[in-house]
Amino acid sequence: MAATAVAGDASAIARAKARNAVLQDRAFHLLTLACAVLVVVLLLAVMVSLIVGAWPALQTFGIGFLGSSSWNPPKELFGALPPIYGTIVTSIIAMVIGIPVSFGIAIFLTELCPTVLRRPIGIAIELLAGIPSIIYGLWGFFFLAPFLQKTIQPALINSLGKIPGLGLLFGGPAYGIGLLTAGIILAIMVLPFITSITRDVFSTVPTLLRESAYGMGMTTWEVSRSIVIPYTRVGLVGGVMLGLGRALGETMAVTFVIGNSHKIVASILAPATTISATIANEFTEATGDIYTSSLIALGLILFIITFAVLAVAKWLLVHTAVK
Amino acid sequence: MNAYAGRRFRNNLMMGLSILASVVGLFFLLAILITLLYKGFAAITPQMFTASTPPPGQDGGLINAIFGSVVMTVAAVVVATPIGILAGTYLAEYSRGHWLGEVAKFINDILLSAPSIIIGLFVYTILVVPFGHFSAWSGAAALGLIALPVINRTTQDMLGLVPNALREAAAALGTPRWKTMLTVIYRAARSGILTGVLLAIARVTGETAPLLFTALNNQFFSWDMSQPMANLPVVIFQFATSPYDDWQRLAWGGALLITVAILILNVVARWVAGARSSL
Repeated sequence: MAATAVAGDASAIARAKARNAVLQDRAFHLLTLACAVLVVVLLLAVMVSLIVGAWPALQTFGIGFLGSSSWNPPKELFGALPPIYGTIVTSIIAMVIGIPVSFGIAIFLTELCPTVLRRPIGIAIELLAGIPSIIYGLWGFFFLAPFLQKTIQPALINSLGKIPGLGLLFGGPAYGIGLLTAGIILAIMVLPFITSITRDVFSTVPTLLRESAYGMGMTTWEVSRSIVIPYTRVGLVGGVMLGLGRALGETMAVTFVIGNSHKIVASILAPATTISATIANEFTEATGDIYTSSLIALGLILFIITFAVLAVAKWLLVHTAVK
Repeated sequence: MNAYAGRRFRNNLMMGLSILASVVGLFFLLAILITLLYKGFAAITPQMFTASTPPPGQDGGLINAIFGSVVMTVAAVVVATPIGILAGTYLAEYSRGHWLGEVAKFINDILLSAPSIIIGLFVYTILVVPFGHFSAWSGAAALGLIALPVINRTTQDMLGLVPNALREAAAALGTPRWKTMLTVIYRAARSGILTGVLLAIARVTGETAPLLFTALNNQFFSWDMSQPMANLPVVIFQFATSPYDDWQRLAWGGALLITVAILILNVVARWVAGARSSL
């Protein structure tokens, strides 16, 4: 009798323990789930808060907000076209310069570079990707802008600026700051990002494929162009889009050198503004609800653009990883 | 033979361009670092670590900004770390293929590279407007929101590297799953997760845009997290764009401090991650 009672006790304790363990497991599961959901909720909250904040401006100006180029705080008239234009143009300049250079560096690193140097240069590029954008802005403001103003920009005005048609892009005086300078700074900034992704993507090409191509007698360039780049096409576009997402949303590097002018001028040498630079420059000084709300509406536009670009980038990169 | 010469020429040309691209790219990146070292070292004085930011034309330092940056970063990372690790745990361990997990992973990756100024606007509308003034708490919240996806993502990656045999062995011993996570899996992935936290600190240390309209700035040394607080990035921005030479000098000194701190964090993070893989 006594023995069975003890055994009964023991199994009851074991059962209670097991029940406890199940409860604790469920609690831990729910806790981690809550944290994961929190991230999703945060993104939704960001979206909702931007829409709510932008509502007064969107209501006042309607869809015309997107197409208007007026920016007149005293009269409370605001339009998003100049910042959108500046954002897109600086990002295009950054990509036009940044993509070939990053691809060049990636080809150099994967195909040409002596093995001893590969790791140090790769690490150096990744470390440079960690340098905050304000440093790039600071350098652009004190060194690149004056340098461009004295050398490159007068040269551009005197050469390309004379060509009819194309000359419009390179007209006007050399300000130093402006769309071109901002684009160049962005290009330097996205360089480490695009390079390190491109290099990673290039290294997914199977050695067998690459060696077969070399075995057929292809030159290094032919291997890169006809084997490596086609094989990694999707991933490359993903990497470029990721860089583009950075360039579109970049604030500090641009704010220093863009000139903050709400005018659309054909010349890429002229001062302009971007969405993020406008917000950074004017948000704390904005007086009046419509002014603040217009700036938040700009933020909403930026959020939608970058969300779309990053989503496509992410999708493409996942696609390569699966392959 | 002629065709071969043409191909060889094209190859040499393109490879030459690729080498040129590397030289130009590395030149610009090095130019930035060298300028920073040159201008920064000239600006660093012992006073920089003892005095607060001065009015123009007077001597001063950056101690209030350094302190503010450290305090806000610590507050941000202390809150973001557990949430990020737990979220990463769910996505790596529990969600396996569930649609919610896929969505959360996707959204986390979007947040990871979302423009930080948007985070600043968000925190402004939820923490600055309701309280009616800028504060260090809201600055810390903005930085925390930037650190969270970094920690979440690295936790996912690092837990993915832990061999399944460990989970199975623990399960075979009758260990409840939460206990397996806490005592076996986290321990196995410890250095990887630490790397993630260090990278998150490095990331938020240089963030400027979200602090412009959350923590703002403060000319004086302040302990009060409910008030505006000085921080290095915003001080650098304001001082660099000012017309005063001594302010610009301090901006360069601050820029050097931030960059050195970030480079050290990155190198330590790599070293921690490397120490794990060699074990």
